[in-house]
Amino acid sequence: MNDMSKPPATPALRFEAPPSTSLWSHARHIVSENPVTGFAFGLFALIVLAALFGPLVAPYDPLASNTNSALQGPSAAHWFGTDQLGRDIFSRVLVATRLDFAIAVFSVALVFLLGGLAGVMAGFFGGWVDKLVGRVADTIMAFPLFVLAMGIVAALGNSVTNIVIATAIINFPLYARVARAEANVRREAGFVQAARLSGNSDWRLLLTQIVPNIMPIMAVQMSLTMGYAILNAAGLSFIGLGVRPPTPEWGIMVAEGASFIVSGEWWIAFFPGLALMIAVFCFNLLGDGVRDLVDPQRRN
Amino acid sequence: MTALPLLDISNLTVEFATRRGKVQAVKSIDIQVGKGETVAIVGESGSGKSVTSYAVVRILDRAGKVAEGSISFSGVDLVAADEAQMRDLRGREISMIFQNPRAALNPIRKVGRQIEDVLLQHVQATSATAKEKAIEALEKVRIARPEERYDAYPFELSGGMCQRVVIALALACQPQLLIADEPTTGLDVTTQKAVMDLIVELTRERGMSTILITHDLGLAAAYCDRVVVMEKGKVVETAEAAAIFHAPQHPYTRKLMQATPRLGMALADLLPEGTPKPPAQARAPATLAGAAPLMQVENLVKEYPRPAGGALLAKLRGKAEPEKPAFRAVDGISFSVARGETLGLVGESGCGKSTTSMMITRLLDPTSGRIVFDGQDIGAMPARTFAASPFRRRIQMVFQDPTDSLNPRFTAQRAILDPILRMGTVEGRAALRERCEELARLVGLPVELLDRFPHQLSGGQKARVGIARAIALEPDLVILDEPTAALDVSVQAVVLNLLDELKQRLGMSYIFVSHDLNVVRLLCDRVVVMRSGRIVEEGTAEEVLGAPKAEYTKELLTAIPHPPA
Repeated sequence: MNDMSKPPATPALRFEAPPSTSLWSHARHIVSENPVTGFAFGLFALIVLAALFGPLVAPYDPLASNTNSALQGPSAAHWFGTDQLGRDIFSRVLVATRLDFAIAVFSVALVFLLGGLAGVMAGFFGGWVDKLVGRVADTIMAFPLFVLAMGIVAALGNSVTNIVIATAIINFPLYARVARAEANVRREAGFVQAARLSGNSDWRLLLTQIVPNIMPIMAVQMSLTMGYAILNAAGLSFIGLGVRPPTPEWGIMVAEGASFIVSGEWWIAFFPGLALMIAVFCFNLLGDGVRDLVDPQRRN
Repeated sequence: MTALPLLDISNLTVEFATRRGKVQAVKSIDIQVGKGETVAIVGESGSGKSVTSYAVVRILDRAGKVAEGSISFSGVDLVAADEAQMRDLRGREISMIFQNPRAALNPIRKVGRQIEDVLLQHVQATSATAKEKAIEALEKVRIARPEERYDAYPFELSGGMCQRVVIALALACQPQLLIADEPTTGLDVTTQKAVMDLIVELTRERGMSTILITHDLGLAAAYCDRVVVMEKGKVVETAEAAAIFHAPQHPYTRKLMQATPRLGMALADLLPEGTPKPPAQARAPATLAGAAPLMQVENLVKEYPRPAGGALLAKLRGKAEPEKPAFRAVDGISFSVARGETLGLVGESGCGKSTTSMMITRLLDPTSGRIVFDGQDIGAMPARTFAASPFRRRIQMVFQDPTDSLNPRFTAQRAILDPILRMGTVEGRAALRERCEELARLVGLPVELLDRFPHQLSGGQKARVGIARAIALEPDLVILDEPTAALDVSVQAVVLNLLDELKQRLGMSYIFVSHDLNVVRLLCDRVVVMRSGRIVEEGTAEEVLGAPKAEYTKELLTAIPHPPA
């Protein structure tokens, strides 16, 4: 072996390659390129702030009833009006953000871990793992998903934890299938073969080569299912499963307010419904922006 | 050229709006194509040759637009023409052939039908005569048994056949101008020859004009009347094909010429003039008499089972179909690699050379046969667990596509260090960085690029990262799987020299897998020619490529485009 440190006589190549950019300036570019994405990120920030600080800044106690001021329309004192028990709807909508957001975040995180991992393993290893994951997903998809979620919550018991679990289970096939397809495509990619030559074991290949590269698509998937998860949780509460009154929750509030619409007190159902709609809308818009943000190819 | 040119591009500038402002892909170029003339536009990637042709047929993507200049096609101003006019011109007057024939054909429609569609669209046939005319078109592109092929789907045809169908489509309406954008890149040399011969013959027959866009100067010179050389969006030279080969005027043309491997040149001759040539090392005597070879492959076989069609149905009926014989991708080959030798593994696509190299690198299990490496049969160790074997670090590989073989989420440094982290002895941040810089210097990769991601590197730089990774553990044997196939010729020249120099310095053996005989001639000591999973010829590079014995080797050699004498 000769001297290794000597530079080769072969001339070095000098090519202009794009300079690297920071995540922040990249984010700024994405937003400036597509104002809708900026709007979605703004809404998302608002939702997160409401979830974090809602209970602190709420003007009234969301549970305190005051029969003297029941069923009042929106006013300066009660921005969103009051309900049949005289509770301030603005405070209740604000405080409910934390619960709804938490249910969505935890269920999506759970399904991402379980469904994503199962799918990636199915796509990468193939064989009986693939068959098993595929059949489990098929079984779940054989039911109407909302009915399945109802059944799970009814069977496991009426609690927030079980709503999270039920929402995660009904989203399992979606995550498992996307992850499986993406992992399957990359299994034979050159860089995976190269990593195999570098002495990486199968599990290490899976976790260091495959998983990071399917994150962009999974991030989009997560953003989209967030909206669906919120809707699902609210839907379960609406029909009386999961969260129980008087806990402020968008779904229950809509359910409670529904009977008053006929008599003209529209605000009771309207404002929690609006919050729900904005949240779902925001997560759906966010999907594209998230993909642009996490895809390294776009970062130049 | 006496009369008015058929196509007159003058002072054309094409701009693309990018996030760093406007970029001029094509800068004030002038190109004329006369009637019946064949013009080649030659250049390396990013030279603007394809953009020019897209501007002519107005299929630039949304970000691009013609900023200046005019394109006139037999009197019609193509820049000002509206979309309806262009639709009429495309296909009927100007046709295009693209690089990937399979992508250009609708996969779920019979090829005959696809030709009919074009004929009907441009009122070249009525529904009564369409089938007849389509078969006629297939016949013209020399497709054997056109009546049968009319009913074939694209996936049932080979790459060369598909390209013929695409040509039939392009020529169906007797256009006046044919634009062929890298029509044979990705095809084997023998297929390339057949396709190019066909294009030239058909255009001559019909008095058509052709623009051939290619990166291959040899191909351009062999088939065209005139050659236009482009560099970075500018035309640097326009000349007759013969003239450009014998007396290139512009320094860039000369550099391109020089970098193109040809008969009777040495590896160092590929580098541009004026660069310090690597010291001419005497080729080490390949085989030391009596020394055991580094690797010996004996009777290697790889079989793939054929899909059993209708087997289940037959089983249900209670009568098992006779089992079809398995497909043999590699059919009992034996060869050996001596220490310090470069062995060329040559053949066209589907000959089994890639399957062979996958088995040697132990990414794939052979069906039978032995792979003896340094006295031990590594073929018997299952590929799944080979990562844990002490032999893993001694056999490495450089992949064909430098982009595909780098994890997009790893920096260059992380990619190079991957084998060291798994199997090396170097530990600690500082020591790893030092080793990485050492390797980067060794392969001529600027150290400041080590923190970049693959998409921030050029093709040549990525190739160097791949090479650095392969040699990081100082392996005994490196398999080079067409390491320069995805690179421009000038980059290829540098990378080939680098590989040769590294081999001398580190005392490795190479197995060089390639279809490019000119490159094999330059780099290899011995050559093995494969066809349909078997070895048809084996010997020293001079013997096999200088005086081939096998008919197939001769065929391969004559198919390489030769510039006019």
